[in-house]
Amino acid sequence: MLLAHLSPLAASLFSLLAIGSLLLAFVMLGSRWLKDYLLAFTAEAWLIALLSGTVGYYGNYHELYYIAVLTAVFRGMLLPYLIWRIIVRLEVERELHVVLQPSSSLVLGALLVLFAFVISNHLGNVLGFGGTVVVLALTVMLSMKLIGFLMLAVRQEAISQVLGLLILENGIFLGSQILVPGMPMLIELVLLFDLLVIVVCFGVLVRYLVAQVGSTSSRELRRLVG
Amino acid sequence: MTAGLLIAIVAAPIVAAIISVLIRVNHVGEYVNLGAAAVCLCVALMLAFTRDGPREFLHGYVLVDALGAWTLVCTAVVYFLASIYAVGYMRLLPEEHDRLPQFYALFALFAATMVCGPLMNNIGVYWIAIELTTLVSTFLVGFEKGQEAIEAAWKYIIVVSAGISLALLGTVLFYWAGSLVIGPTYDITWDALRHAAPQMNPALTQMAFLLVLVGYGTKAGLAPMHTWLPDAHSEGPAPVSAMLSGALLNTAMLGVARFLTITDAASSSLLPRTVLVGFGAFSLFVAALFIVRQRGIKRLMAYSSVEHMGVLAMGFGFGGPLAIAAVLYHMLNHSLNKSLMFFGAGNVMRLFGTKDIDEIRGVWTRFPVTGSLWLAGAVAITGAPPFGLFLSEFTLMRAGLATPNAWAVYVLLVLLIVIFIGFLNHFRLMYFAAPALQQNTSRPQEATLPGAEGGEVLPATVVSSIRPSLWMTVPMWLALLPVFILGIWWPQGLWHFFEMVATDLGGSSR
Repeated sequence: MLLAHLSPLAASLFSLLAIGSLLLAFVMLGSRWLKDYLLAFTAEAWLIALLSGTVGYYGNYHELYYIAVLTAVFRGMLLPYLIWRIIVRLEVERELHVVLQPSSSLVLGALLVLFAFVISNHLGNVLGFGGTVVVLALTVMLSMKLIGFLMLAVRQEAISQVLGLLILENGIFLGSQILVPGMPMLIELVLLFDLLVIVVCFGVLVRYLVAQVGSTSSRELRRLVG
Repeated sequence: MTAGLLIAIVAAPIVAAIISVLIRVNHVGEYVNLGAAAVCLCVALMLAFTRDGPREFLHGYVLVDALGAWTLVCTAVVYFLASIYAVGYMRLLPEEHDRLPQFYALFALFAATMVCGPLMNNIGVYWIAIELTTLVSTFLVGFEKGQEAIEAAWKYIIVVSAGISLALLGTVLFYWAGSLVIGPTYDITWDALRHAAPQMNPALTQMAFLLVLVGYGTKAGLAPMHTWLPDAHSEGPAPVSAMLSGALLNTAMLGVARFLTITDAASSSLLPRTVLVGFGAFSLFVAALFIVRQRGIKRLMAYSSVEHMGVLAMGFGFGGPLAIAAVLYHMLNHSLNKSLMFFGAGNVMRLFGTKDIDEIRGVWTRFPVTGSLWLAGAVAITGAPPFGLFLSEFTLMRAGLATPNAWAVYVLLVLLIVIFIGFLNHFRLMYFAAPALQQNTSRPQEATLPGAEGGEVLPATVVSSIRPSLWMTVPMWLALLPVFILGIWWPQGLWHFFEMVATDLGGSSR
């Protein structure tokens, strides 16, 4: 397996990129401006593309180069462009109603990362990968997942929820690049395509939301209960 | 032969969708969709009958096995019945008249994605098929474009996408666990993992399974991840609700069952099964609470779906040939019966012009045919004899008593009784209670006393002008009769079929 005998340089590069992505997730958690979310998301996508390329180079998985290019094009350019168009059309700039102050959500996010680390560390020790980049990859994967769920829970603007979902996906994608670089390319291609379809669907739905509900905040969506 | 059938079952709905988009004529859409549904049903039955061991097609990406074929039959039956019903029901929605071709295109596409799910041999592709069902059906749920419909669609896509992303995480972890055994690059099929499972790390496998269970459990409507379900089921048009409840939930449950065989092979721990049984019991509990105090007629049906998914989860959690047989029998009966219930609810909703149970009174006297069929269905869905669900639930309890999770059987028994009382109490009110709230809406307006006409007169006159057409009652007959027949006669052939499924699922009787 690739991860068992990595050169120190490669291991630190992987770690740097993974931690960078995690930090960007925190940027999203700590801001209220939708444009900031989008920028952070875009930067994260480029970091992941870079990571795919690095893993491909050090692990001799040449198809990962294609994945890197596709990630940069799809996640790093096309998706942000589509979401940016939605934001412009909505004329919403920031979260209006904050359930949880950005500072408290940062603290909560840090706790979630700690939780993710405890699980990953345990799992890494059980599998005999204790102290390697595997533990880090698992931690980042799980904590981005948890942070995505936190964002879904405390953010109410439709766009923030879409971006929250995309962070969930980013976390999985990032983790899978390090843990299972040999995953068949077909799967990754279809996943990318799937993401695109999701965002297009959201675009259409957001338009309906504006037309029917007159707002894009999920605060207004509370008629169906019980 | 089988390859041709497979192409037919996937292509038929897709072709129907394309035709109804291209030729924007309502009647064309209706009949093309109905034709596609008939093709799907025939092919699914043929696949189920002409089966000789699991077979793979298309470089191992497509798998035909007994469990998949059975789920296909359930899906195709619901698709067929709902297509008949949709013809009658959608004609009653004058405001959607111009968008009917769109509706039928989406409807057929939804069916196509659901047919794909059970056939997928690659776990990653299976995930994508399930995700696609969400994306297509979102637009069906929000089809009527009212504020509630859009709210339901939004909740549906957010909750289910978030939930199912956990299943993707679980899938990646399964792949990782397998790659430590097989090597970095391999095709992640159900079989490959099952063979590698004995060497896979039990801790990692269990964690992956729990993630997958929560993920697909969200899609299957297991409590506490069921929150999207009542909204989506109550706001979509009635044929869509039937498809969501009778067909979609099964295709997600199938994934859980298949992943369970992998964890079974990986470790002898009882934890995964106990968790699955626990989710089932909790679903029943939540469903019982909400059924007793329910006010909306379609939400009542939706919570009943949560209940029955709980029963299925419990059955898969029990394991063993008898429980598997009971679960599969339950799946078919539930698909038929729940379609019947949603068709009846749709009729009553249209005829009374309300979704509120409190405003629906005197169903039987006003609509004898729809009313009788719906009442029979209500008795059947609560698991009373002589209908199919009684047999399957009874068998399930018998199977469950022999397993380490026997406690769940007692929970099941108590909650089923609570649900029986709560569910039928609503029907007692709708059928036999005196119209208490609005005296003047439930009898012909001409005969009322002089001072009695108020603001409610208008809906009542609208109500009496609509009659359920044959398109709307025939599918109810077609659903009720098999449920009745399956209730008094469990065909011998089905036993053999279920035994095959149980061996495929590694029917290690526990």
